[in-house]
Amino acid sequence: MISWASAAPAVTSAFLASLVEVVEAFTIVLAVATIRGWKPALLGTAAGLALLVAIVIVLGPLLDQFPLHALQLTIGILLLLFGLRWLRKAILRSAGIIPLHDETSAFAAETANLKEAEGRRETRLDWLAGLTAFKAVVLEGLEVIFVVIAVGTGHGMLIPASLGALAACVLTLSVGVIVHKPLSRVPENTLKFGVGVMLSAFGVYWTGEGLGVSWPGSDLAIVAFGAIFLAAGLGLTEIVRRPLIEARI
Amino acid sequence: MKTVVLIAKELLGLFVDDAFLTAAVLGVVAAAAVMAMFANAASLWVGVVLLVGCICVLGMSVWRAR
Repeated sequence: MISWASAAPAVTSAFLASLVEVVEAFTIVLAVATIRGWKPALLGTAAGLALLVAIVIVLGPLLDQFPLHALQLTIGILLLLFGLRWLRKAILRSAGIIPLHDETSAFAAETANLKEAEGRRETRLDWLAGLTAFKAVVLEGLEVIFVVIAVGTGHGMLIPASLGALAACVLTLSVGVIVHKPLSRVPENTLKFGVGVMLSAFGVYWTGEGLGVSWPGSDLAIVAFGAIFLAAGLGLTEIVRRPLIEARI
Repeated sequence: MKTVVLIAKELLGLFVDDAFLTAAVLGVVAAAAVMAMFANAASLWVGVVLLVGCICVLGMSVWRAR
């Protein structure tokens, strides 16, 4: 029986990371649907989801073939690279060094790309629009799969982590269908900051486990690492924050 | 084919953004692994090196980008 206390870090990480990725994919699919209708958008999305399911079906059983320590070490290192990259970017965005990601701008850019293509080659446009939706779903979906596998493998948390990701998909699509516009009010950088913190914490934990470290408090060490990364991230943001006047120029 | 190349590039981009960050994180993990395998260091010290090393690397990477 899995307790909520032990599953919470994996479920929360998978939910929040998936929320960010699904919002990004939804923006592009919505742009496709707006320009060329729902048929190519849904066909591209369905093809992307089918490829993702195929990847999970093919790669999933392979995970059981790896020795546990090698798997923990590999996933731990990948989580460190992935999580610290997200955390770094979120710190730089919070500090005003690089611009925030804006779903409205992303939607406008994708719409402009498709309109430009519309002028060039009308006959292939449905195919192009479907391919755009397909790429968005596959690229963002691969990140979701990686996060679910990374935080779920090792302590039998694959199903709770998958449910966390599924909940994010259902929530995003439900809200998206209702509001029918890019979900620009989602605090994406705050979510990325939080996910970067949690994935970095998981990364240190799993890399250490792979190297034979026995962490005090076992799984609870992940929470402590999360608190340390959060403090470090907030501290770094303050240290490198650009003064307001300078940031406005 | 273009789509496959794009997906491969994006996959690599999931883990490699700032080359310094990637190289330094791998360096920290390598140092912790050497401690664990050859230096007979107590298990907890390996963990401390890993955690503190990652935070230092993050700090240096952010500082370089400011």
